[in-house]
Amino acid sequence: MSAAPSPARRPWLLWVPLIGFILLATIFIIGLRKPDDPTITSKMIGRPMPAFALPAATSGVDGLTSADLATGTPHLVNIFASWCVPCAGEAPQLEILAKNKVPIVGIAIRDRPDDVAGFLARYGNPYARIGSDTTSKVQIAIGSSGVPETFVVDGKGVIRMQKIGPIMPEDLPGVQAALEAAR
Amino acid sequence: MIAEAGLVALWLGAALCALQLVLVVLALKTPFVLSEVEAREASAPPAARPSTSLRTNGEGNEAGETWRALSSAIRPVAVAQGLLTCLAFALLILLFVRVDLSVLLVAQNDHSEKPFLYRFAASWGNHEGSMLMWVSILSIAGAAVAVLERRLNERTLVATLGGQAAIGLGFYAFLLFASNPFARLTPPAMEGQGLNPLLQDPGLAFHPPTLYLGYVGLSVAFSFAIGALVTRDVGPAFARAMRPWVLGAWIFLTIGITAGSYWAYYELGWGGWWFWDPVENASLMPWLAATALLHSVTVLATRDGLRAWTVMLGVVAFSMSMVGTFLVRSGILTSVHAFAVDPRRGSFLLALLALYIGGALALFALRVGTVREGSRFDALSREGSLVLNNLLLTVILGIVLVGTLYPLILEGVTGEKLSVGPPYFNSAAGPLALILGVVMVAGPLMRWRREEVKPLLRRLAPAAALVLIALVVIKVTAPAIGILPLLGLGLSFGIMLGSIEPLIGRNLRRTPLFTWGMVIAHFGIGVALAGMACDSAFTAERLVAASVGDRVQVGPWQVTLKAVTPGFGPNWTSMDATLEAARGGAPVTLLPQARYYWAPPTETSESAILTAWNGQLYTVLGSQAEDGRWQLRLWWKPFVTLIWAGGGLVALGGALALIGRVLRERRSAKNREATA
Repeated sequence: MSAAPSPARRPWLLWVPLIGFILLATIFIIGLRKPDDPTITSKMIGRPMPAFALPAATSGVDGLTSADLATGTPHLVNIFASWCVPCAGEAPQLEILAKNKVPIVGIAIRDRPDDVAGFLARYGNPYARIGSDTTSKVQIAIGSSGVPETFVVDGKGVIRMQKIGPIMPEDLPGVQAALEAAR
Repeated sequence: MIAEAGLVALWLGAALCALQLVLVVLALKTPFVLSEVEAREASAPPAARPSTSLRTNGEGNEAGETWRALSSAIRPVAVAQGLLTCLAFALLILLFVRVDLSVLLVAQNDHSEKPFLYRFAASWGNHEGSMLMWVSILSIAGAAVAVLERRLNERTLVATLGGQAAIGLGFYAFLLFASNPFARLTPPAMEGQGLNPLLQDPGLAFHPPTLYLGYVGLSVAFSFAIGALVTRDVGPAFARAMRPWVLGAWIFLTIGITAGSYWAYYELGWGGWWFWDPVENASLMPWLAATALLHSVTVLATRDGLRAWTVMLGVVAFSMSMVGTFLVRSGILTSVHAFAVDPRRGSFLLALLALYIGGALALFALRVGTVREGSRFDALSREGSLVLNNLLLTVILGIVLVGTLYPLILEGVTGEKLSVGPPYFNSAAGPLALILGVVMVAGPLMRWRREEVKPLLRRLAPAAALVLIALVVIKVTAPAIGILPLLGLGLSFGIMLGSIEPLIGRNLRRTPLFTWGMVIAHFGIGVALAGMACDSAFTAERLVAASVGDRVQVGPWQVTLKAVTPGFGPNWTSMDATLEAARGGAPVTLLPQARYYWAPPTETSESAILTAWNGQLYTVLGSQAEDGRWQLRLWWKPFVTLIWAGGGLVALGGALALIGRVLRERRSAKNREATA
């Protein structure tokens, strides 16, 4: 047996590595050109909300249970916290959505009642209900990894969309469309 | 002014790198010397080919003068370039240590409250800084070749330094145009942003430099391959010159991977030691290629075989480290450790990749046909076993590459997102690794060129018998064991015995150091394999909800939850469990901790690990349930420490082989001088 395939007799074989690399590079180009989509989609999309019951996050606003989300109309579930700066940044957009009669419920993460009350007083209260998730248990169960995050849940309580990060003015049409689609 | 000085040093380094490349091209174009060398190479038989310098060649003629002037200018340029780039890197470290918040990179990654060690390490714990470190090691490696390398044919050496300069130039450009580490921030920040406590770990501080020394060390092998292709000088002398550089890089890669695995094991709290994460694979792939190269370069050095294949592996090994860098930095793969997610930088790196890897492979295809075929040998021979070793390593490399890229391909074709996990890698690469283990036992027991079946079987008999006995004993004592762990564990005994067999009947004190190195490295593979097999076969795991006072049995251990108390640190609060673990004798206390960081809110588990002679008890405290009980995760992992002990032995074996080779070279060089 000869060590390496004799190059002189099989010159085409020598080009195989280069062709292999060109294929690899093509894959890389496709990978680089794909639209930059930083969304880490939750595995929960298309699945019903897990059952939970959260106490009220502050006085004057009711707490939140998973049953509240299966009432026939789509909801926005907004994960927020009073200590979260981007949450304050998205507050005006939530106000706009609330004015357009979108039902919004909140889940306050690792928060204190007084701080939540202060946050609502300062930035407005678009929420129909706010549950208090002091241990992030529900947050983790629905596949959210930070604040703010917003889920579109349809009338049967099935998660339809996840928006990671604050809802900015340019995101409003997308959120509205997802709500329409969930109807 | 430190940042400006750093930038100037970097530009000067880049300019010298360009100058180095120009000098190399001019030198290689000097016509007279070129044709004479070729004539001499063609006429000399391969074994007798002198690796002496060409100084005598062009004596007395003009082309010779030009050649001499150019080639003697290249070394100092390479050295100056290496020093300037290291100066730039040293200045960046200084900026980080002084926490100069008027520098953007420092403001983003440093913090005045960081302990000194982490301010130091923060300089390379980010994209720009690590690229500067990459270029520094690259240019220092080039300078080291220029200063130390004396065995290589001088024209090939010049071409090699050209290869190193060509790689360097691209990465200088990447640094200067796309990732400037010295950019200023106006106005300066009040405080730095980098106080991520999760990254403040000595393991994480020194893991990247070790791996980089390995990655970039392989650039030397790449440049050697390019140099040899350019001058058509692929032979034993070239292989002997290349081997120490490959060995050095391979040792650092081995240490880096072993240490990284242990770090992930104790820090991440999930109880596993290898996850097949894309970033882990990015370090494993160059290691596989370098391991193959290490063996094929030996065939080329000793038997003048595998010429084309060795050159090919030299190209592939560094290509794999560049592909790894690209994958981690372009953001095209999602991984727990990926950083600098930036498609623009990704495109720049991809262009460099296409230029270097594509260029090298094209050069290979065009040139290697003119490299004469090496000596022939029988299929059943030391060479034959090394060819098999190379093929298996290459196929495993292909499996890892495909598994790493498959999610990317699938997403490109169907838009579906998925990840390829341990089941694929274990079942695809595991059996091949076991076959490789068998080859590893047999290879060192074979003769070069030609081996007879009967004597080989006689030499293999002890190891084979031990494997059979081990298989029976294990199967009888642990009937539930899976087939891969069973074979792995049985084979590991054969590897350990077989690897020391080459020492039997030798005068141990006169056995060369590099033979000891091979024996220890192979033994280490057996040890690591035993650890892996034991971990996957015998790990006992308990996940329980325990109240204070409860006792849990895991493996031979009785673990009692004594107390759970609140604790706090500089930027976290925690729940600290006190566990008492006993197996007969006096109990030992373990303190696993669940931490809550508030900015950003993250939960981490600080595992507590008890190391016994025959394994580790690994404990993690989870969260508290509604009823007040605490989640405890307990593992008893028999002999798991053998995995890293084995990795350490492999690296030690490599180091001994390297020292042995260098010492022998020095001795024979002295002898040559004495006789001359």
